[in-house]
Amino acid sequence: MAVCIAVIAKENYPLFIRSVPVQNELKFHYTVHTSLDVVEEKISAVGKAMADQRELYLGLLYPTEDYKVYGYVTNSKVKFVIVVDSSNTSLRDNEIRSMFRKLHNSFTDVMCNPFYNPGDTIQSKAFDSIVSAMMVQAS
Amino acid sequence: MESLTLTDGEQKYYSDLFVYCDTDNTKKVASNGRVLDLFRAAQLPSEVVLQITELCGATRLGHFGRSQFYIALKLIAVAQSGLPLRVESLNSVKDLPLPRFVVAKNEQEARHTAMYPDSENQGSYQGVIPRPPGRGQVKKLSAHEVIQPCVPTVEPQPDTTSPVVSPHQSPPTSPHWRKHKRQASGGNIERQPVVVAGAVWTPFREAQAGPVVSGDGMWSANSPPPVQESWVSLKDAHPPSSSTLPAIHCSPVQENSSIRTVASATTTNETQRHSSGGYDDPWKITDEQRQYYINQFKTIQPDLNGFIPGSAAKEFFTKSKLPILELSHIWELSDFDKDGALTLDEFCAAFHLVVARKNSYDLPEKLPESLMPKLIDLDDSAEVPDQAPDVGYSGSPVEVTPNKSPSMPSLNQTWPDLNQGNEQWETFSERSSSSQTLTQFDSNIAPADPDTAIVHPVPIRMTPSKIHMQEMELKRTGSDHTHPTSPLMANPPDLSEETKLATSMKFVTVNSGDGYSSSDSYTSDQDPITSVVTRQRSHSGTSPEGLKVVAAPPPPPPRPHASHSRSSSLDMNRSFAAVPTGPQLAGVVAYPPAVPPRPLPTQTSGPHSGHRSDEGLAAHSSTSPQQIPEQPNFADFSQFQAFAASDQPSDDGEKHPESLPVEKSSEGAGPLRTVKSDNQEERAAATVNSAKGSIMAPPPKPVRRRLKSEDELQEEALPLKSNVIATVLAAQPSIPRSVGKDKKAIQASIRRNKETNTVLARLNSELQQQLKDLLEERISLEVQLEQLRPFSHL
Repeated sequence: MAVCIAVIAKENYPLFIRSVPVQNELKFHYTVHTSLDVVEEKISAVGKAMADQRELYLGLLYPTEDYKVYGYVTNSKVKFVIVVDSSNTSLRDNEIRSMFRKLHNSFTDVMCNPFYNPGDTIQSKAFDSIVSAMMVQAS
Repeated sequence: MESLTLTDGEQKYYSDLFVYCDTDNTKKVASNGRVLDLFRAAQLPSEVVLQITELCGATRLGHFGRSQFYIALKLIAVAQSGLPLRVESLNSVKDLPLPRFVVAKNEQEARHTAMYPDSENQGSYQGVIPRPPGRGQVKKLSAHEVIQPCVPTVEPQPDTTSPVVSPHQSPPTSPHWRKHKRQASGGNIERQPVVVAGAVWTPFREAQAGPVVSGDGMWSANSPPPVQESWVSLKDAHPPSSSTLPAIHCSPVQENSSIRTVASATTTNETQRHSSGGYDDPWKITDEQRQYYINQFKTIQPDLNGFIPGSAAKEFFTKSKLPILELSHIWELSDFDKDGALTLDEFCAAFHLVVARKNSYDLPEKLPESLMPKLIDLDDSAEVPDQAPDVGYSGSPVEVTPNKSPSMPSLNQTWPDLNQGNEQWETFSERSSSSQTLTQFDSNIAPADPDTAIVHPVPIRMTPSKIHMQEMELKRTGSDHTHPTSPLMANPPDLSEETKLATSMKFVTVNSGDGYSSSDSYTSDQDPITSVVTRQRSHSGTSPEGLKVVAAPPPPPPRPHASHSRSSSLDMNRSFAAVPTGPQLAGVVAYPPAVPPRPLPTQTSGPHSGHRSDEGLAAHSSTSPQQIPEQPNFADFSQFQAFAASDQPSDDGEKHPESLPVEKSSEGAGPLRTVKSDNQEERAAATVNSAKGSIMAPPPKPVRRRLKSEDELQEEALPLKSNVIATVLAAQPSIPRSVGKDKKAIQASIRRNKETNTVLARLNSELQQQLKDLLEERISLEVQLEQLRPFSHL
């Protein structure tokens, strides 16, 4: 169960960002922003065949005392960032991967929509519902 | 003019109508245009209308005052009830029904065109909207409604009547009428269409001054009052007052519509029609709407089975001037398969949603049932209108051809014969149910035979042979349903008791015989029969084995078809079936149908070994002793036979061992033996084939074998042929023994011989094939050698 989910465009501006504890949103936004540096670092680390070698799932970007940040990059340099609560019974890697997979699928569905201009903020209800399902149930 | 006395209902109705016609809001004079439209909507001959107007004094006055209007209405009622028009009749006629005004669907059409109110494109749009010829007129305006006096009685919603054709004059009153009607009927779903129509109209009207004339007249009956009211609400200029005064709201819209031409009227009719008509069942699409959508689809994509790319769809729907966000949401809802393109069904759904949205209907969160693209589309697009309303897109042929729809339809098509829901599929009765039937079909096939389900699942393979087999299976299970179970039922308790093969064999034979005899009718259905028998056998033969068989129902169950589909097995089946009860014979009978579960090799290895020992012990005099140790199955088999029929066991056993030794020689796999043993236990002659098949093929092959035709078996059997032949020959001596016993024994032995013959024939053919293959290989090798040789010489 994620605490914050963000979709960042290729140019590193957010297309979609949603946090569960609505009050601390700014903190999560900041976290996501700083995680982008780590993402960039991981992307550039591969070097050679861009998409071939590089795996989409980046894994744990960096942990803090409160939460962990996971990253995922698509082949079009769209980044998904998931922030999960550390206190949460540590989600297995597979679960995080499946979450990213679902995100990616719904993101492609959004992309398929001709009415969606790439670069716009994502306002799809279907996407919202998928994300909400993944978020920590609002206490 | 005489004074007019009106009943309360009449008074109310007339006042509403007057307000409706009071486009100028003078509250004194009804606009001529609207009044005339209203009169036209009354479906009276024009001369009658003229007479009425004259009588009421409007011609004298030049306009319709309230009193004149009321009188006119009363006269209309009189005329509609068939009474002569007399001034005196105004008050004399008692209990006169309220005048009725029919509203055509023009309104819908107008509304729809209004949806895409590109003012400059209006004409083009209208051109784009293929007005179904005569649509605005008499076409299936099923939604045409008869406006009844809006008495508080429940309105029957006589929706579909022939639309009143008022080509050159928008029946401005029609919406009004509709409202009245609606009011009486209360908020029913149909209101929505009216709302839709209204909504469409409003924008349309705003786009261009009052072109939606005839559209009004053509309001479909499907635009119930709610439409009007919401339609009214759309008109910001006229805040919705009481629903009883919709006319006020309607009037402005209708004014604009007055200018409508016939052509545009038809367009609006269509628009209104399908815009309003779609909500009868809240998201149902009426035939007219569907036809309209299809026509629209054609303008973008001539091929009805093709897709509309996202970009084209985007442009098209952008014309509706809905916010992009909503269009995006509509797209998400309607693009069922998320491929970025719209099939006909998806397009219709999207269009429908756009229409709904235009009429201020909230978009659903999920795609409504009736809008879901139906998986199976049999109807041609031309036949779309004929589709059942609740089916929505069922008729779209697009769904059939492309694979956008789920596999269900393809399944349905694949199994037209077998699919029970086939009828439904064809008739499009219920789309959802058809898909359900599809699933049911599959599920039916699987559990069709409870026995099979218990023992091993009925294989549902998509090969032609399988199809046939399944059909047979179905038939068999249908009729033979009880039989297998009964014997099986009987067997289990016995099985537990039966540890020895012999006893179990007896049981099996008996049971199988019973079961088999019961399945006599299915002799042709070897596979099912064998499977049934197999099951029986597995239960009866060896509890562990049987259990194992049950436990391991590998998807490609060791269909005995390999063994039974052949004529030989047929013969065997026949012969077995013919054999009367007699334990011995039963045993024989039991064998052929038994289809040893293929995948059992590993499982049965354990018990088989146990059996083997037993089998080995079993006297199999006819068979060579070497065979026995080699082929536990063989031993089992013979033992089986020994128990079943002292006379004939050898034949079967031999046959089996024939294959077994051969196979063993080829494979030498223990598990194979177990398989064989299973086979043996389970069937007599059939086992030979199956054993061959199962044993001969290496582990992966056995499964494949089942699927393969017998030819494959033949190939594998080649190496076994020699042994088989030997065993067969060896079995010969046993035959005379049986002959001497009994007529039945003789017959059985004859059958056995026949079976043996067939087996041998098969073996022969298989060997021949193997020979051919080998020859080919040899030739190829020789060629290679030749190629290499010159070099070597160099």
